[in-house]
Amino acid sequence: MTEPVDGDRGFGGLKLVPRTDAKQTMKDFKSDQEVRWCPGCGDYAILAAFQSFLPELGVPRENIVIVSGIGCSSRFPYYLDTYGFHSIHGRAPAIATGLASSRPDLSVWVITGDGDGLSIGGNHLIHALRRNVNINILLFNNRIYGLTKGQYSPTSEQGMITKSTPMGSLDNPFNPISLALGAEATFVARTIDSDRKHLQSVLRAAADHEGASFIEIYQNCPIFNDDAFEPLKDASVRDDHILRLEHGEPIKFGADGGKGLKPTPYGTPEVVDVATAGEDGLLVHDAHVDDPAYAFALSRLDGPGFPHTPIGVFRSVERPTYDAQMSAQVDEARERQGEGELGALLASGDTWQVG
Amino acid sequence: MTKQVQQLDRVIIRFAGDSGDGMQLTGDRFTQETASFGNDLSTLPNFPAEIRAPAGTLPGVSSFQLHFADHDIMTPGDAPNVLVAMNPAALKANLGDLPRGADLIANTDEFTKRNLSKVGYETNPLEDDSLSEFRVHAVPLTSLTVKALEDFEISKKDAERAKNMFALGLLSWLYNRPTEGTLRFLESKFAKKPEILKSNVAAFQAGWNYGETTEAFSVSYEIKPAVLPPGTYRNITGNLALSYGLIAGSRLSGRPLFLGSYPITPASDILHELSRHKKFGVRTFQAEDEIAGVGAALGAAFGGSLGVTTTSGPGMALKAETIGLGVSVELPLIVVDVQRAGPSTGMPTKTEQADLLQAMFGRNGESPVPVIAPRSPSDCFDAAIEAVRIATKYRTPVVLLSDGYLANGSEPWRLPEVSELPDITVADAAEPNGEDGAFLPFKRDPETLARPWAVPGTAGLEHRIGGIEKSDVDGNISYSPSNHDRMVRLRQAKIDGIANDIEPLEVDDPHDDTKVLVLGWGGTYGSIGAAVRRIRRAGGKVAQAHLRHLNPFPANLGEVLGRYDKVLVPEINLGQLALLLRGRFLVDVIGYNRVRGLPFKAEELAGVIQDVIDSD
Ligand code: SF4
Repeated sequence: MTEPVDGDRGFGGLKLVPRTDAKQTMKDFKSDQEVRWCPGCGDYAILAAFQSFLPELGVPRENIVIVSGIGCSSRFPYYLDTYGFHSIHGRAPAIATGLASSRPDLSVWVITGDGDGLSIGGNHLIHALRRNVNINILLFNNRIYGLTKGQYSPTSEQGMITKSTPMGSLDNPFNPISLALGAEATFVARTIDSDRKHLQSVLRAAADHEGASFIEIYQNCPIFNDDAFEPLKDASVRDDHILRLEHGEPIKFGADGGKGLKPTPYGTPEVVDVATAGEDGLLVHDAHVDDPAYAFALSRLDGPGFPHTPIGVFRSVERPTYDAQMSAQVDEARERQGEGELGALLASGDTWQVG
Repeated sequence: MTKQVQQLDRVIIRFAGDSGDGMQLTGDRFTQETASFGNDLSTLPNFPAEIRAPAGTLPGVSSFQLHFADHDIMTPGDAPNVLVAMNPAALKANLGDLPRGADLIANTDEFTKRNLSKVGYETNPLEDDSLSEFRVHAVPLTSLTVKALEDFEISKKDAERAKNMFALGLLSWLYNRPTEGTLRFLESKFAKKPEILKSNVAAFQAGWNYGETTEAFSVSYEIKPAVLPPGTYRNITGNLALSYGLIAGSRLSGRPLFLGSYPITPASDILHELSRHKKFGVRTFQAEDEIAGVGAALGAAFGGSLGVTTTSGPGMALKAETIGLGVSVELPLIVVDVQRAGPSTGMPTKTEQADLLQAMFGRNGESPVPVIAPRSPSDCFDAAIEAVRIATKYRTPVVLLSDGYLANGSEPWRLPEVSELPDITVADAAEPNGEDGAFLPFKRDPETLARPWAVPGTAGLEHRIGGIEKSDVDGNISYSPSNHDRMVRLRQAKIDGIANDIEPLEVDDPHDDTKVLVLGWGGTYGSIGAAVRRIRRAGGKVAQAHLRHLNPFPANLGEVLGRYDKVLVPEINLGQLALLLRGRFLVDVIGYNRVRGLPFKAEELAGVIQDVIDSD
């Protein structure tokens, strides 16, 4: 439990984490374990992006912990040469909360999926977010159950035919971004497995955020739900679907940037032609708006068929973290009452002497 | 007039009233007075799960029983010598326990037609002959209190509320209790409400004066202090002792305490208590559910803290999967189960011992965990330290099985010398333990079979753990059949080996050629001990032994069982320890089982023991 060597090396979420000057490369973070996802699985791309991103943080390997639940994505920690905890289904955010709030000197990353994080572990996810524990949660959303071989998940579209829904699923899916915002998460972002540059920019922003960061990663499962995100990947159409959110920039999209968003008085922004609406009429993205309603409205643009899918950082606001406040209470109690003394504790209250 | 003072060697008082009458507070204060006077004592609170059950009804009755004596005693007593009944419901609910000749103090103001009919009394029992076998003291407690407080600027409701203080004052006079403690207590409790403070003090004094001056009570009683081993004493409940034991365990092991918990009766007090002791570096996390509570505790344990979770039976069921994970990843974890009557919600405020098999076996796969049970309220302190010792030394979840009776019951506790508490520090792994600087997270200590506790932040020991089966020594994922068989046996052997690291079972058997052994565990220690005393006083021979370690059993248990012709196992369940003993030792133990949500009575157990002695 070493002291941070330098509190000012960037990455706001790492203020209390030791940093190293030693040169690190992607190789330093690869474990000796053979990676065992199916060929073509989107998880490979995410793993590679993550491994090559980690050296940027300048955090010694021993101060990084990856905690996961159960599912294909949850094998992630085995492939990283850091500390890792592959736990049980849905519970990773709870385990990470205990770890992060007792060890502020660690950089803690939770890896989960749409089944793990939104179905069996939905409760822990929303509570970790509302508490604003200093952890980064990466939710790999492939809209299907992979490890149990192809049942629909809480993000599968309604009507989807799967092993457990031969006549189509009846469930209305979760929009993970809307859900996280509903829980008043302080950092909410979305990215795509195949866009390494974007993925890493979002990881960077998450690491810079002090508090809980939630990143939804659209991840392709070629075995059970191939091409689920095709409209966002196909180079010929994707620019009509993807809205890249950049803080301080007007929200424009389309092949030539010809489409944009215009604010409306109520809720979801309106899609307009930039030519008609004019640049000045466009919505300028502000990730720091305190009211989550703004980011929520953006999240509602997405839907079946990906009519308009924003990616990037929806929301990034400051709020005291759970773990820092927990430590502060311990410090304050010690300051006010002095360090605890066991003998005095046992003898507190009414005592009497015999003999 | 000077009143007669009569000497008694022991008394059992039961305060009973409506949930809103403040009976628990009254009982608690009387207990503190009694403790500071130096009597030995034992208490039994008994209250409904509902916060405010309908007033004046039988389900709404709350009671507090206190047994105190001039000698050492073991139980809160079977039957009260004195019943304070604040209303007809309290009388009706408790009358059955009252022996002939007992004193009954009844608040006549509440014996109205309406209140009587609420509980099915057609006539007022205070006015017909139905209570002739008791010494009835009919006292208008409410109106006397209101009258005593007429000069205070408080509402009638507040004045009426103070009737419990009047009753406390009266009983304090009757048993010559010191009053400073109660006055101090009221001062701090009502420091911000001076008028309420003054009126409560006045009500308390009015009650005392009522006893001293009126003719309703001609005798007061004196119970000399008990002769106890020298030392500093305090009165303590099981939940408080357990909380202190966890803090002590954290100190003694050098591990910061992290509690992950979800509120549940009767365990919540431990969460409340620990949250007050942050200056000891204690972190308390009130989780979103039972599963998150234990999950966070296990996460903290991974980080090197003493991870603790506290719950009761239904919460144990929810935590099972995470405890299994703890078994698989071999991390220390303290799981406190304050047992209550089940199954399901059961009776949340009533005691039971029926989670033993759940603690032993309530997980998937071969998933052994040590199980430890305290025997008395103050013993919860030592049992908690022992749980911490075993969990940290062997890197395993440990279940600490308290119960509702121990949790809320209290007794005097001789404070231990802090310097004499055991040193249970366990070092973190600091260095790679394999060839060429490799770290092998499942390479075991040859003696304890514990794996290294390698905490994040330690360079060179980066490793991955998880619930998937691990290959022996290197800890990588393994589906090898022979490896799994080996790991299952290693985990079992580790827990079994703890038998060599715990105290052998002590047997209390002052006679030669005793034929019958009474073997108990957990909260029944007092009742069994009191029953054994009765048998011996009457000239009978019986041996007593009490298990603190339920898993593994002490190494000499089989030999002890073999020494006696008959082994009687009283339990507040349908025979869970009996099942384990039969399975393990092929001994045909005799069970005595009652599940009424209450502790055994000494008299009842003495009868059962006598029957076993007399049979054949
Ligand atoms: S089942 Fe799908 S998500 Fe799972 S590893 Fe295979 S391709 Fe990836």
